[in-house]
Amino acid sequence: MGNNSKLLIGPINLNNPITVQILGICSALAVTVKLMPAIVMGISVTIVTAMGNVIISMLRNSIPSRIRIIVQLLVVAALVIVVDQILKAYVYDISKQLSVFVGLIITNCIIMGRLEAFALGNKPWQSFLDGIGNGGGYALILIIVAFIRELFGSGSVAGFAVFGEKAGENPATGLYSIGYADNGLVILPPMALIVVGVIIWVQRARTRELIED
Amino acid sequence: MKSLEKLFDKLKPNFAKGGKYERWGSVFESFETFLFVPGHTTPRKGAHIRDAMDSKRLMIVVVLALMPALLFGMWNVGYQHYLSIGQDAGFMDNFIHGLIRVVPLIVVAYAAGLGTEFVFVYIKKKEIEEGFLVSGLLIPMIVPVDTPLWMVAVATIIAVIFGKEVFGGTGMNIVNPALLARAILFFAYPSKMSGDKIWVSGLDGGKTNGAGDYINTFGDKVVDVSSGATPLGQYASTIDLNTALQKATEAGDTETVTKLTADIAKTLSEVPSAWDSFIGTIPGSIGETSTAMILLGALILLFTGVANWRVMLSVVTGGALMGLIFNLIGANPYMNVPFYHHLIIGGFAFGAVFMATDPVTAAQTEKGKWIYGFLIGVIAVIVRVLNPAYPEGMMLAILLMNVFAPLIDHYVVRGNVKNRMKRIKVAA
Repeated sequence: MGNNSKLLIGPINLNNPITVQILGICSALAVTVKLMPAIVMGISVTIVTAMGNVIISMLRNSIPSRIRIIVQLLVVAALVIVVDQILKAYVYDISKQLSVFVGLIITNCIIMGRLEAFALGNKPWQSFLDGIGNGGGYALILIIVAFIRELFGSGSVAGFAVFGEKAGENPATGLYSIGYADNGLVILPPMALIVVGVIIWVQRARTRELIED
Repeated sequence: MKSLEKLFDKLKPNFAKGGKYERWGSVFESFETFLFVPGHTTPRKGAHIRDAMDSKRLMIVVVLALMPALLFGMWNVGYQHYLSIGQDAGFMDNFIHGLIRVVPLIVVAYAAGLGTEFVFVYIKKKEIEEGFLVSGLLIPMIVPVDTPLWMVAVATIIAVIFGKEVFGGTGMNIVNPALLARAILFFAYPSKMSGDKIWVSGLDGGKTNGAGDYINTFGDKVVDVSSGATPLGQYASTIDLNTALQKATEAGDTETVTKLTADIAKTLSEVPSAWDSFIGTIPGSIGETSTAMILLGALILLFTGVANWRVMLSVVTGGALMGLIFNLIGANPYMNVPFYHHLIIGGFAFGAVFMATDPVTAAQTEKGKWIYGFLIGVIAVIVRVLNPAYPEGMMLAILLMNVFAPLIDHYVVRGNVKNRMKRIKVAA
């Protein structure tokens, strides 16, 4: 595997920001109730990380190291505002569901971590790949968690009812007609933590490199 | 029994090392030692003291202690059912109805829990532990009788995996698995775990027919729909009424004030008497209603030394004291509930005797046990009185203190060390 593809693929599994570095957990709990917002959030974070990485990498030789955090914040804040405005313009419903969490991308540990640890010391192209890889790893976990939580918590996948219609004006159909009920616990934030925990469990059990003594 | 022993001896080589079913050896052994005394002898070297009171016997004593409450619970399920449809059934009819409703719950809880444990034993190739023997009986006893079976199974599996197996199995768990299963049910399926219909067999899921009568799931006409509320639910509902009453009083709406005052008085008058609550002829989770039968179980536990009297006593003290404090404040009708009533309604007695005393999840130090139990009692009553959304404070109180038990122990031990250090300095 070449160095560049390692940058891109590494964070998906062996160096995953959520399950291995345990970063960005807060937003993983908050936006994973439904699948669509999780996908949008994953894409947004990927774009911000990649673009931020490129910009900081290009500026890396001219940023005085004493004020580098402020410069990084400024760059990320500008990117987040752009992403937020685009979401508001084109996917208003989802943007409403994500509410403050798009704005809070600015505090996402993954982004600051990559800027500090990678972009400040590498060339723009490598930094771009690193940003895409880390954003992708984050998005992957978000999508898995959101899929599980939406399926068991709301009985749907991306808004499409899988288990049949719930009783409302019309009688229930599918699984709901034989007594199935959605699991309210899955909607609550603690369950997101448990699902992330299970993903970490499965990943560590299957990947020899990650097993610690 | 003799032929059974022969059968086991015949099968044994298959499960031994190198046998046909080697992987299932631990499962076989668990069944064998469940029925017969384990074939261990003391080793030539090392410890020679062995007690027949291993954890399997311990569990069986607890199961025995649960029997009075369980059998009464079965009878009460039938009694409440026939009461709601206005029929006067005999003792056996009541009991048989309860038996038919409760046994499936027990079977499902055991099947789901033991199945999960067997899977983990099989994967990890460990020896099977008998911790679920008690949990599997506790779970059906602390749920409403109308809980759908699949929900019990789901909650049991989640509780066994995330409450116990991830921490390392029996003896390693931080919270009580049976209570965790109930908490999972409570938060996952709130409509099936609270309200005033679910506590009576057949009342939940019924329909109102054209004539305006409520027909339960057995097809019988229910004569008294309101009979299904538990004392906890009735008391909790007075809080909302009281809030509305205060608003109406401020607004000077005398008509509403009179109506709400009458409503509160009516609700309070419908709460079962202390004697009924003590004997247990009230709606509630299957095993929790009868304080008398739970006390009988407590006697068995204390006589055999299986449970710790300090925990039980301090839970009751804590609950009574907090009840008294609320009596003194007396700001709403719930606070004025006599303090002893808190001890006999809901799951308080059951939790104090069978849940809080769980030797694995309770505090380990003697002083810690007093603090642990006392805080359970205090928190249970606080949650009940101040948060009407969670009528059953006992479950939440015990789970919370389970989490804090190691911390309590830590500080008790530290305090002890400090005291001894002082003594050393004085002596020196």
